[in-house]
Amino acid sequence: MSTTDPFEHEPGTVGEGLARRGVSRREFLKYCGVVTSMLALPASMAPAMAQAIAKARRQSVIWLSFQECTGCTESITRSHSPTLENLIFDLISLDYHHTLQAASAEAAEHAREQAMKDNDGKYLLIVDGSIPMGNPGFSTIAGISNYDMLMESAKGAAAIVAVGTCATYGGIPKADPNPTGAVSVGDLIKNKPIINIPGCPPIPVVMTGVLAHFLTFGKIPELDKLGRPKVFYGETIHDRCYRRPFYDQGKFAKSFDDEGARNGWCLFELGCKGPVTYNACATTKWNDGTSFPIQSGHGCIGCSEPNFWDAGGFYKALSMPADPLVLTKKAVVAGAVISTAMLYANRGKKSAAKAAHETTTLADLQK
Amino acid sequence: MNDLAFLTWVRGTGLDIALGIFVLGIILRLVEIYSLGAKPDLSAPRATPGASGWHTIWRRFIPNDGAIKRSPMTYIGGTVFHLGLAIVVLLFAPHILLIKNFVGFGWPGLPSQIIDLVSVITLATMILVLVDRLNKPVKRYLSTFGDYFTWAVTFLPLLTGWMAVQHLLLPYTLMLALHILSVELLLIVLPFSKLFHAFTTFSSRWYNGQVNGHKGVVV
Repeated sequence: MSTTDPFEHEPGTVGEGLARRGVSRREFLKYCGVVTSMLALPASMAPAMAQAIAKARRQSVIWLSFQECTGCTESITRSHSPTLENLIFDLISLDYHHTLQAASAEAAEHAREQAMKDNDGKYLLIVDGSIPMGNPGFSTIAGISNYDMLMESAKGAAAIVAVGTCATYGGIPKADPNPTGAVSVGDLIKNKPIINIPGCPPIPVVMTGVLAHFLTFGKIPELDKLGRPKVFYGETIHDRCYRRPFYDQGKFAKSFDDEGARNGWCLFELGCKGPVTYNACATTKWNDGTSFPIQSGHGCIGCSEPNFWDAGGFYKALSMPADPLVLTKKAVVAGAVISTAMLYANRGKKSAAKAAHETTTLADLQK
Repeated sequence: MNDLAFLTWVRGTGLDIALGIFVLGIILRLVEIYSLGAKPDLSAPRATPGASGWHTIWRRFIPNDGAIKRSPMTYIGGTVFHLGLAIVVLLFAPHILLIKNFVGFGWPGLPSQIIDLVSVITLATMILVLVDRLNKPVKRYLSTFGDYFTWAVTFLPLLTGWMAVQHLLLPYTLMLALHILSVELLLIVLPFSKLFHAFTTFSSRWYNGQVNGHKGVVV
């Protein structure tokens, strides 16, 4: 990497960090090119993005983990390692993150408080996991309830990024019967910009892409009505699925091991939720663009949609009933009973009319 | 309620309620009609070729002489949209899957592009049939609220289904939910409106043909 490059020398900037780690300018520009194309920005934005990110001071990030499984962290830290996305992530000043930070106990909490104090109004708050409202004791960190920690940390944040379906929509903890009274970040915080990056877990490049956007433009990307960045959640999996032609031709796998499945036909009949799931899996894919669930032979479960866990079963096709038809069965029984009663009532009426019928005789007519 | 939760409701509770009313309504109305019975006709039957219930069932597919010329939209439009509805409802793969779920067996579907084409033709024909009803003074005079209402509840599922597939106006999830909801409205209305002809057309044709056939009259 050239030492004459202007943005590498400023201490505390991303550019300096990149230089220290031996990332070449070419590699960095390439990464910015990928991100700009993912964000559907013009190619001319790539150098501008590189400049902006390199000059940016390392963004202070506080990552809070509430009712979650750490899958989101697994996703962002491992899936693309060791690509440049990860380096960017490393070069953000991640001041607090349970799983990743070395500090523990009071030192860890102190790091969070210090970061909040030093970067008041500027730090980025990332949250994964839902917040239990049933009882504050259901989930605590250092004796602080999730609700209190969220409210306290959100106060001085520039923006909040809700990562994973638990933080964005309540996720699995909120699944019926929602024993902890789980709610999402957006349910509790109304006065801060919130970017929702749902998924169980979200795609790593989507997470880093959104962070890169924030670093470059200093504002949140355009969001859909569910608070998701439109660039990644603008289209359904079904619309971008490579198996879509089979759907259109009416070629469906009927089981996970039939000829259709082996031929790579559409998984709609096996319960794929691709048609109602807005996410970028079919385009960015996972594990460095290797594959995504449908490519590996399993239907989409709709994990980036609210209430996906209670959407009628992963293996039921979208056009099939979501629940057992209890009332319909009762209606058949009721119909049989009522109609039998009706039948006898009608017959009774008929017999009564017949019995009441007076025969007309010739004498009557001559009257 | 978000779009997916709405969709899950119409696929679950909503479908259950609608199907419940539909099934109950169908049973009650069929029993109501068939339990009326008919007095035995004691007269000697007059055998005339072509005069029977079965003949009438098929004969009524053929318009009377000059009828198509007099009212082309009624016959051609009516036939086209009925056939179109049958194709779209019975030969679209997701529909077949639903039917299979109820009755236990299915059949192959048509490619979605063909279903798409048939949907557009059916939608256009239904609009033309409505315009014809509004334009012809006699038809308009004979039409009641029930006629327009049943047209609407038949048209809506077709329109919303097509719009969902084409991603028009609303996100697919919401449009799909509205499509299923409109079908549920149709299911609820069907047993208690003139749409019940779906269940009685052939039996009433047979009855008319049989009664008149007994008298030696070809109808």
